[in-house]
Amino acid sequence: MSIKLEHINYIYSPGTAYEKQALKDVSLEITQGEFVGIIGHTGSGKSTLIQHFNGLMKATDGVLYYEGKNIYDSGYNMKELRNQVGLVFQYPEHQLFEVDVLSDVCFGPKNQGLPPEECEKRAKEALELVGFPEKYYKQSPFELSGGQKRRAAIAGVLAMRPKVLVLDEPTAGLDPRGRDEILDQVEYLHKNTNMTVILVSHSMEDIARYVDRIIVMNHGEKMLDDIPKRVFAHYKELEEVGLAAPQVTYIMHALKALGLDVHTDATTVEEAAEEIMRSLHD
Amino acid sequence: MDMVRSEKLIFEYEKRDEEGNVTGMNRAVDGVDIQIAPGDFVAILGHNGSGKSTLAKHMNAILIPTGGTMWVNGRDTKDPAELWNVRQSAGMVFQNPDNQIIGTVVEEDVGFGPENLGVPTEEIWKRVEDSLKSVGMLEYRTNSPNKLSGGQKQRVAIAGVIAMEPECIVLDEPTAMLDPNGRKEVIRTIQELRRRKKVTVILITHYMEEVIDADQVYVMDSGHIVMHGTPKEIFSQVEELKKYRLDVPQVTMLAEELRKRGLKLPKGILRTQELVEALCQLN
Repeated sequence: MSIKLEHINYIYSPGTAYEKQALKDVSLEITQGEFVGIIGHTGSGKSTLIQHFNGLMKATDGVLYYEGKNIYDSGYNMKELRNQVGLVFQYPEHQLFEVDVLSDVCFGPKNQGLPPEECEKRAKEALELVGFPEKYYKQSPFELSGGQKRRAAIAGVLAMRPKVLVLDEPTAGLDPRGRDEILDQVEYLHKNTNMTVILVSHSMEDIARYVDRIIVMNHGEKMLDDIPKRVFAHYKELEEVGLAAPQVTYIMHALKALGLDVHTDATTVEEAAEEIMRSLHD
Repeated sequence: MDMVRSEKLIFEYEKRDEEGNVTGMNRAVDGVDIQIAPGDFVAILGHNGSGKSTLAKHMNAILIPTGGTMWVNGRDTKDPAELWNVRQSAGMVFQNPDNQIIGTVVEEDVGFGPENLGVPTEEIWKRVEDSLKSVGMLEYRTNSPNKLSGGQKQRVAIAGVIAMEPECIVLDEPTAMLDPNGRKEVIRTIQELRRRKKVTVILITHYMEEVIDADQVYVMDSGHIVMHGTPKEIFSQVEELKKYRLDVPQVTMLAEELRKRGLKLPKGILRTQELVEALCQLN
């Protein structure tokens, strides 16, 4: 069970003055249950890439297999693919529209053709999964705080019970606590449901803290694809392409440069603290 | 004279239901006193909905206080006769780069502000050139804004504000939608402006790292100022900040973790260099 891309190319507006190759020969495989981060500067092809995962965009050439089936084959059930690969766009709360939160979250399952009781059951389940307080179920989504709106919008996708959840910058604009709450919920979901989670983020600190594997995009190409420690070891190359390592990684390098005997591969505050303590006690 | 000062500032608005009936009052800003000296770099922190953007919008009279007073450069923002003076004194930059650019060519966009102020044509061109230079975007002057990166668009937006020659720039989460490079570009630009043009900078942000160079930091919660001090004073209070849904820079967090593990490090470490020095002194 996986999403597998083979030599995917995507060209915007081919044959016009605006022609632009957004994806260049991208091959990768994400297996069920992984927690993958995608990073890259603005315009690096991240968003184009994730829109291929559920067939919203069709590769100019190359093949995408979902659970072993070529999704570009004629007769492939695209609707089913979109049920299974749920995409949460940037600022998803802009897409809230119903009179109350519960109806909004029901919209997805309703479109899947499920009976009303089942829609409501799934919607409630999804709202619970994102930690949305029950007392606001009947409130207009427009009266919620930024963090709550974001949760409601994510629940709207979860209500369709996807096997893969793709989140594009889910914490942009949220305050630090809101950011932690959303990502902790996502992590909880991932651990407890074996859902594949693909997280696109500009925050290297968040990526380092949550994901098991990082895919780095640069100018439409896959530049790196590895575990966080090894990706952030390339911090100089990352800087060259508009990215960075988490701040703690820089601290570890600075400590080492000053003669403290530390390994520099810590990517989270906890790891760094442990490593510094170890080096001091040795 | 203070650049920005407020006294018992209150902003209330009516809450309405779907039919438009008033269901109650909401107080977004509740009795705020602030004082910002010319040339200062001041940060305002607070969780979503804490009232910080509402407060900021009073600084160039997008909002007028429903109670108390806000003075910008000594001018009462309530006074309709002062409206344009207030807006010329304090320029604003917002979060979304795509919502702030109106010109089809970069230099036209930057010239829009001074043109509206009735600045003579020759002077407009001079200002356009100066302000694009000061944000490092001069080479893009004849480009189309929609081909720029987020960070570049924000720098154009900042240039557009500078071209109006304000004494004060208010930036409301200018880096929230940017990638790490874009964030760096914008913060560097702000620092350059302070150094070269001596403008007062008021920065609202959720990125704690952007605040460490500020002269003073205000923390807001449910419409009140709940903390006020230097970055060192504010970020020394990790638990207090967490209570207000905020955070500290990662360096500060790491120092805090090390203190919990028994190392004798000072509170309020804000920079990598400080932490490194403090650790070296332990040995």
